[in-house]
Amino acid sequence: MSPKVEISFTLNGTERTVAVAPDMSTLAMLREVIGLTGTKYACGEGECGACTVIVDGLSLNSCLMFAADCDGRSVTTVEGVVDTPVGERLRDAFVQAGAVQCGFCTPGMMVQAKHLIDSLGASLDREAIKRGIEGNLCRCTGYVKIVDAIAAAAQPKE
Amino acid sequence: MGIAPEAQVETVAPHEARSPAGAKQIAKDSLIGKRIAKLDAPDKASGKTRYIHDMNLPGQLHAKILRSARVHARIKRIDVSKARALPGVHAVITAADVPYQRPLGVGKDHLPLKSDRVRSLRDEIAAVAADSPEIAAAALKLIEVEYEDLPPLFDAAEAAKRGAPLLHEGKEGNVAMTFDYAHGDLAQGEAESDVVIEDTFQLHYVTHCCMGVSGVIAEFDAAGGLTLYSQTQVPFLHKREFADVLGIDPGRIRIIQPPIGGGFGSKLDIYPFEPIAIFLARATRRPVKLVFTREEEFAVSPTRQPVVLRLRSGAKRDGTLTFREVETLHDNGAYTSWGATTPFVIMQTISSLYRVPNCKYHTSAIYTNNPYAGSFRGYGNLQGTFAVESHMDKLAEALGIDPLEFRLRNAQDPGEVTGQGMHFKSCGFKDCVRTVASRSDFQRKHREYRAQWGKPGRYKRGVGIASMLHVGGGAKIYPSDGCGTILKIDDFAHVTLMTGASEIGQGSETVLAQLVCEELGVPLDAVTVVNNDTDITPWDVGVHASRTTFIAGNSAIGAARKAREKIMAAAAKVTGHDAAVLDLRNGMIVLAADGEAIMPLAKLLRSLHFSDKAELVMTTHYYEPPSQHQDKGFKGDVSAAYAWASQVIEVEVDTETGIVRMKHVWGAHDVGRVLNRLGIEGQIEGGVVMGQGYALTEELVIENGATRNPAFRDYKLVTAPEIPEMDISFIETLDGEGPRGAKGVGEAPAICIAAATANAIYNATGVRIYKLPFTPENVYRALHAQGACERSTAGSGQ
Ligand code: FES
Ligand code: FES
Repeated sequence: MSPKVEISFTLNGTERTVAVAPDMSTLAMLREVIGLTGTKYACGEGECGACTVIVDGLSLNSCLMFAADCDGRSVTTVEGVVDTPVGERLRDAFVQAGAVQCGFCTPGMMVQAKHLIDSLGASLDREAIKRGIEGNLCRCTGYVKIVDAIAAAAQPKE
Repeated sequence: MGIAPEAQVETVAPHEARSPAGAKQIAKDSLIGKRIAKLDAPDKASGKTRYIHDMNLPGQLHAKILRSARVHARIKRIDVSKARALPGVHAVITAADVPYQRPLGVGKDHLPLKSDRVRSLRDEIAAVAADSPEIAAAALKLIEVEYEDLPPLFDAAEAAKRGAPLLHEGKEGNVAMTFDYAHGDLAQGEAESDVVIEDTFQLHYVTHCCMGVSGVIAEFDAAGGLTLYSQTQVPFLHKREFADVLGIDPGRIRIIQPPIGGGFGSKLDIYPFEPIAIFLARATRRPVKLVFTREEEFAVSPTRQPVVLRLRSGAKRDGTLTFREVETLHDNGAYTSWGATTPFVIMQTISSLYRVPNCKYHTSAIYTNNPYAGSFRGYGNLQGTFAVESHMDKLAEALGIDPLEFRLRNAQDPGEVTGQGMHFKSCGFKDCVRTVASRSDFQRKHREYRAQWGKPGRYKRGVGIASMLHVGGGAKIYPSDGCGTILKIDDFAHVTLMTGASEIGQGSETVLAQLVCEELGVPLDAVTVVNNDTDITPWDVGVHASRTTFIAGNSAIGAARKAREKIMAAAAKVTGHDAAVLDLRNGMIVLAADGEAIMPLAKLLRSLHFSDKAELVMTTHYYEPPSQHQDKGFKGDVSAAYAWASQVIEVEVDTETGIVRMKHVWGAHDVGRVLNRLGIEGQIEGGVVMGQGYALTEELVIENGATRNPAFRDYKLVTAPEIPEMDISFIETLDGEGPRGAKGVGEAPAICIAAATANAIYNATGVRIYKLPFTPENVYRALHAQGACERSTAGSGQ
């Protein structure tokens, strides 16, 4: 077995230091080393978005990113997203809009939605939302209510 | 509020029981038909929900399965010694290492671990349990298997020919299953016909693509009891089947279902990976977890049943249907799972969607060395409806009758009993047709788009209509089609509903809670639903046939009504009011007339509990729908209610590239009654898009028995930017047997899409396509093959 590498990074606002195999993915590290299982495996090939995380402000498929490359970066998972005001709004909107069925795609959708709201803000209309979640597959909902939820959360209350 | 002090029965006069705030009034409120958020949604949206992939038991090992490298071969030798020697490996098993295994699945035609012969690339030969999935995978590579190839069969028609090698001993002609059905007199129907048409339709392989891949965890306790963490949709049937396959006492099998990452029918049969995980758990005395990769999920999961369907239909000049004759050939694959039985549902559409006086139906499922098909949302109905509704359009055209008029002339009405014995007690079919037609302006568009045939223009618009009939009140195919409920209310008026019906993401848990609230007048957050543990929940036949809301709903209502009776009797005694003037609202006993609050329900329950009689409110109910088993000729009223839907689809066809864009879907669904508007819209929207994938983008490419595109990169699911605009209407026919009038809806929305799309493409281009999916390549070919491109783009100059 290859020797492990030690990395330090910010995970959901907290400094973490972990030892990982050089070929381990960020997804595997989050789920198996750290034990945060909100980030899902559904393809492992960058094709479904279930594993979406935010790294230094970019949304990425954690299955395609080596864990070692998290070193020195800031990583936000769904568990971190729901601790933010936008994330709370998103969670409530997903619940109220009926955007959740089996729920397996939902964490990835939540993270991607947070990224979209952070980067596009109020200019986030339905077409932009649809394009923004193109890389996130959902087999249950037909996307309509996911778009509804993100659109609702994108408009700050008041 | 205290608990114990209210221990005696309170025999207080009405006025004394009033809340201190005085005569608080509670208006009658109902959750039925409202937009109710799913109870499990907050956890799911927070990433807190633990699916099987997220569960790990202490001491757990990880399993992987070695599958055949040949499509059809004899196994000459298996050598697992090198795999066994790999550090971190705890067990390597082959059929020779398993003391007892029996054939599994619908056809009982294969063992979990194959011993001497393999018949497909998904055949399981050996399995490993190791400290990590990586070690297990490495161990698989060390297993040596020597094969002797046998001649493969990849074509069902070839396999059915006389002299073809037999894939299973004793299965003459490689026939796995046949269905024959008839009513009326075909020859007479044909003689009366002014128009007869005949076509062959080809339906392709698609697969479920549940976002959560398949997985299982098996664990034995010290006394030999098995706990299985399983994604099954039918825990009670599987308990029994596991017992048969493994040779253990069913009473010692406990099935726990963690939240399931999508089902859609895929988890309706037992597949070999589950017994294999159990064998490994027994061999290692450790919990064993087995989870697929996405590639495995594509390559070895069941598919939707591929079908070649030949249909002959006739009609009279006045627009009445005269007969229908169908012959279908199903590629059964190497083994028989539920896919082979989909003709059972196709038959219903053929015989009973429209009034057809004469009908004949023959189907056979033929063994090949291809992947085998399971059950998939709609269960054959997408295939059958595609053919029937394509023909309805063609017949209308041949007769020169408007396609809408032609359908209405032959559509079923309430009260009708079909040739197959299905009794349509509630039936909103014609309302569905009229509603979608008027909301989509179907007739005008249909005329205008057709008038564009042969005119210049690269992009052509078209509209198409299709309708469907599906069971909506269960389907009596097992000895019982029932569901049991246990209901208890605690001292704080919190209700726990233990139901046999599984939640697979469809929202049944929330609907059941709503129905209980309706009976007991408690708020939604006062209900917990327990639905995933066979040691706790009462029997249910499983999640299939769009039956859960109807069957489990009626069962839950039954248990709640018994509890209500008990409560009302006690309330009458305690408050001194006649039970008839009392009601339960928002957790309070109230006067029905003006809603005046008399006492909290919790207080009443405690007074009952801590009285001399020391009573708890706990009830049970088993609901069995009043449906019939069909006879040998498949006649009988198999469901307690039937669901109807019509959809109109508008497409835009790019005649230069063959790209079909689904622009708009109008749907009208006879759902009996809307219980949870949010949930039912979600079911329909999701079903529409699943149908869109079936019609336009998805195809599992099988070549020489191998799955060529086992990845989302090459198997194209519909993505968010591609979804059509949707306009959904509900036709509420208030079914007399349905829970609060509701009927099942789970499968309905996916069923008509391919058929309506085929009709829309025809309306746009004048070209009818008989083969799915309508990918750009297939559509482009069809347009050119028939010279339609020249016709529809003539003079466009683009
Ligand atoms: S699991 Fe990473 S994109 Fe699918
Ligand atoms: S809710 Fe099931 S995959 Fe999206």
